[in-house]
Amino acid sequence: MAVFILNINGKKQQVDVDPATPMLWVLRDHLNLVGTKYGCGIAACGACTIHLGNIAMRSCMLPVSQVGNQPVTTIEGLSEKGDHPVQKAWLEHDVAQCGYCQAGQIMNAAALLKANPHPGDAEIEAAMNGNLCRCATYVRIRAAIKTAAAG
Amino acid sequence: MSIIKTSYSRRSFLKVTALAGGGMMLSFSWLAGCNPTPEEALTLPKEWFELNSYIKIGENGAVTLMSPNPEFGSNVKTSMPMILAEELDINWKKVIVEQADFFPERFERQFTGGSQGIRLAWKPLRTAGATARQMLINAASKTWNVPAGEITTEGGILFHKPSGKKAGYGEMASKAAGLPVPKEVSLKHINDFKIIGSSRKNVEGLNIVTGKPMFTLDYKQEGMLIAMIVHPPAFGLKVKSVDDATARSMPGIRDVFTIKTLEDDYERNGFDTTSFTELVVVVGNTTWEVMNAKKALKPTWEKISDSSIVVQGRDGKETVTIPAGLESTEGHKASMAEMAKKPGNVLRKDGDPEGAFQKAARVIERTYSAPFLAHNTMEPVNCFAHVTAEKAEIYAPIQAPEFSMRTLTARLGLPKEKIHIRLARMGGGFGQRAYGHHLVEAAVISQKLNAPVKLVYTREDDMTYGIYRPMYTATYKAALDEKNNLIAYQVKAGGIPEGPLGHSQNRFPAGAVDNYLAEEWKQNSNITIGAFRAPRSNFLGGAEQSFLDEVAELAGKDPIAFRLELLERARKNPVGTDNDYDPERYAGVLKLVREKSNWSQTDNNVHRGVAAYFCHNTYVAQVIDLSMKENKPVVEKVYAAVDCGIVVNPDAAANMGEGAIVDGIGNAMFGEMTFVDGVPEKNNFDKYRIIRQMEAPKSIEVHFVQNEHDPTGLGEPLFPPIFAAMANALHKAKGVRLYNQPFSPQIDKKVLG
Ligand code: FES
Ligand code: FES
Repeated sequence: MAVFILNINGKKQQVDVDPATPMLWVLRDHLNLVGTKYGCGIAACGACTIHLGNIAMRSCMLPVSQVGNQPVTTIEGLSEKGDHPVQKAWLEHDVAQCGYCQAGQIMNAAALLKANPHPGDAEIEAAMNGNLCRCATYVRIRAAIKTAAAG
Repeated sequence: MSIIKTSYSRRSFLKVTALAGGGMMLSFSWLAGCNPTPEEALTLPKEWFELNSYIKIGENGAVTLMSPNPEFGSNVKTSMPMILAEELDINWKKVIVEQADFFPERFERQFTGGSQGIRLAWKPLRTAGATARQMLINAASKTWNVPAGEITTEGGILFHKPSGKKAGYGEMASKAAGLPVPKEVSLKHINDFKIIGSSRKNVEGLNIVTGKPMFTLDYKQEGMLIAMIVHPPAFGLKVKSVDDATARSMPGIRDVFTIKTLEDDYERNGFDTTSFTELVVVVGNTTWEVMNAKKALKPTWEKISDSSIVVQGRDGKETVTIPAGLESTEGHKASMAEMAKKPGNVLRKDGDPEGAFQKAARVIERTYSAPFLAHNTMEPVNCFAHVTAEKAEIYAPIQAPEFSMRTLTARLGLPKEKIHIRLARMGGGFGQRAYGHHLVEAAVISQKLNAPVKLVYTREDDMTYGIYRPMYTATYKAALDEKNNLIAYQVKAGGIPEGPLGHSQNRFPAGAVDNYLAEEWKQNSNITIGAFRAPRSNFLGGAEQSFLDEVAELAGKDPIAFRLELLERARKNPVGTDNDYDPERYAGVLKLVREKSNWSQTDNNVHRGVAAYFCHNTYVAQVIDLSMKENKPVVEKVYAAVDCGIVVNPDAAANMGEGAIVDGIGNAMFGEMTFVDGVPEKNNFDKYRIIRQMEAPKSIEVHFVQNEHDPTGLGEPLFPPIFAAMANALHKAKGVRLYNQPFSPQIDKKVLG
């Protein structure tokens, strides 16, 4: 066990955990930030996507010991009122079915638009290909990203 | 207005108090999509007045609508309250939606599955809304001393136009709640609908996009422990012993033990699974610690022997044989080929098929197959339970709580009044969540520990647990006369461990062909199966509609025209009397998809496939437009025409249809679970291929037939035919017919070869 001071959603948070613990479980079990989801644990589904700095990361394979003081953003910290352009576009297109994958989709889409504010279709598809949606809302996800990009 | 009696929904008026719930999130419909204006922002009332199980009105006019059915993504939590709100005649923006707990004394059929939610709730929900509205009118009539017949309502306000009196529902709620329930109420004419038929956003939209806790996996309570299971690595094995010395000493670990979930002589219901009734359990403080300890266990396994169990299933009580042995996909294929040669169980026979095949001008025979499929809901199996000597609290992702209740009662030795099941939003269901083994497991673990427990499966546990879509095969044979008329048709289908045809022998093209034969067989297995989006139809639809495409080609006919010709025969002069489809509505979706897709227009770069199917009371026809890019098929566009009667929430219905289409294309191309010596060969998403963003269609249009039929199912019917539309389009693109799912490996081979 070791103590880590993390910078999460703009707040300092302290946890005392095994250094190998993935950020996914630090967030969910220790910090009660359960918006970040567990889907596979092997970086194959994207449900656990968070931002490390501006980069989208799979938190299920990111040990807490590697985070250091880099700012972490989770779905809970993406915006104050759920009004990030990506979140608004998601509501406009009523993307969700079961909703389980959507936090990961939104975090990945937000990181994409930060790096590339006006992505083309192929860029959207490539960037979002790692995020599974078993309810298969892919067509709406794509449409929502375009709406968010159009601002 | 039509007048109907309310007597059948008496139970929704029972004033029984709900068991302590607590912690449920309220969903405000106005939260979705925009920030409420101050007028829209509801303040919670000081007091709620319950008009029936579904409807509570506050003294300030706030309305709470209970959504009775479990939500797994089909959006019933929005569409069911919409039906209540329509007849209650209120402003949708002022509605609070609450998920009901499992409470059969107050709600009817709290079951999500079989695409029957809206169809079967349509009348009860409308009646509940209309009855509450009538009680409010009656209260105003008494208060104002005017005839009830002169009172009208609009948007939650009562009006007596002759005297100019008006009052909000909130002002009359307390009086209305004390009035007798009217014997008859009028329901709106569908032309007067204001909410039904106009798209409303998901009431959980904002909660979803902001990551609010809404799934059982997100649930937490004081003193709660995390439990994980280890199940045998192969079907055909059971636990022999477990060396848990290392695991026990690991940080955060509280206990390791073995549980037995169902006794061998327990008479199961159709939703009890027999996958693994003995499990090793690891309990600890946090998920990561338990996951690690689980890996440190050293269990040994032994082979099961032949056994049999009694199951009370949909066809009555049955003794099911579970054979010993470690089965493999190769062996399954060989034994299916053997079984297919033997005569099957005849399910329907019209005319003289044998004679017709003998005198046919041309005969075509094709065999189709599909593998086992895993559901792979994004939220893995999990369940919360707190069982004490007095009562059991369960919070579960579960589609069929009433079946779980029976099992829990038997297993825990508690009467059902002492068991409280709260219904969580599910991170997908697809049929798998109808099987309540996780509720029993969590409850048994909690009972043993006498502590609140959350049972969590890893993705690997989930994917290798069973309850798969069965493996199927079907051989179709058709005969044409000299004039290319279809004169005989036969299907022999089977599967492991269940055949696909059992309840579908009276479907199209039965009724459209003079000589028809349907036969079925099955072969036992210890690999467990379960309902999977459009059970059985999910294979039959694809196989039958691929075959008909090939028959049409042989007859030199356009595939849509060929189907319409058969449907016309079934309409004018049907063969047999128990055909279970309406040929006109069936033809209607084909005509609509033909029009919407501009079927007659051809483009050399676009390869088109069509298919249609009727299941779950709904008619669907689909056209896929495929292009080839760098030798890979790209689905450019899908057109779907759907006849499911009245559509409650059109945009959400289209979303579900799009999902079924993409899911179907994905499973047709990639879906497959295989076995070697009883071991499922895929255990996570790196090995089990699920359709991803890049492979999804570029666009989808879902068109609904406009009519006044009561609504029918929608979650499943768009799934089966798309398998065939895909195969038929691939045939156009590549000149090869694909008979065995999944298609992708064969296409890749053909591209490379
Ligand atoms: S849970 Fe991290 S990628 Fe699937
Ligand atoms: S919405 Fe259900 S998994 Fe994406």
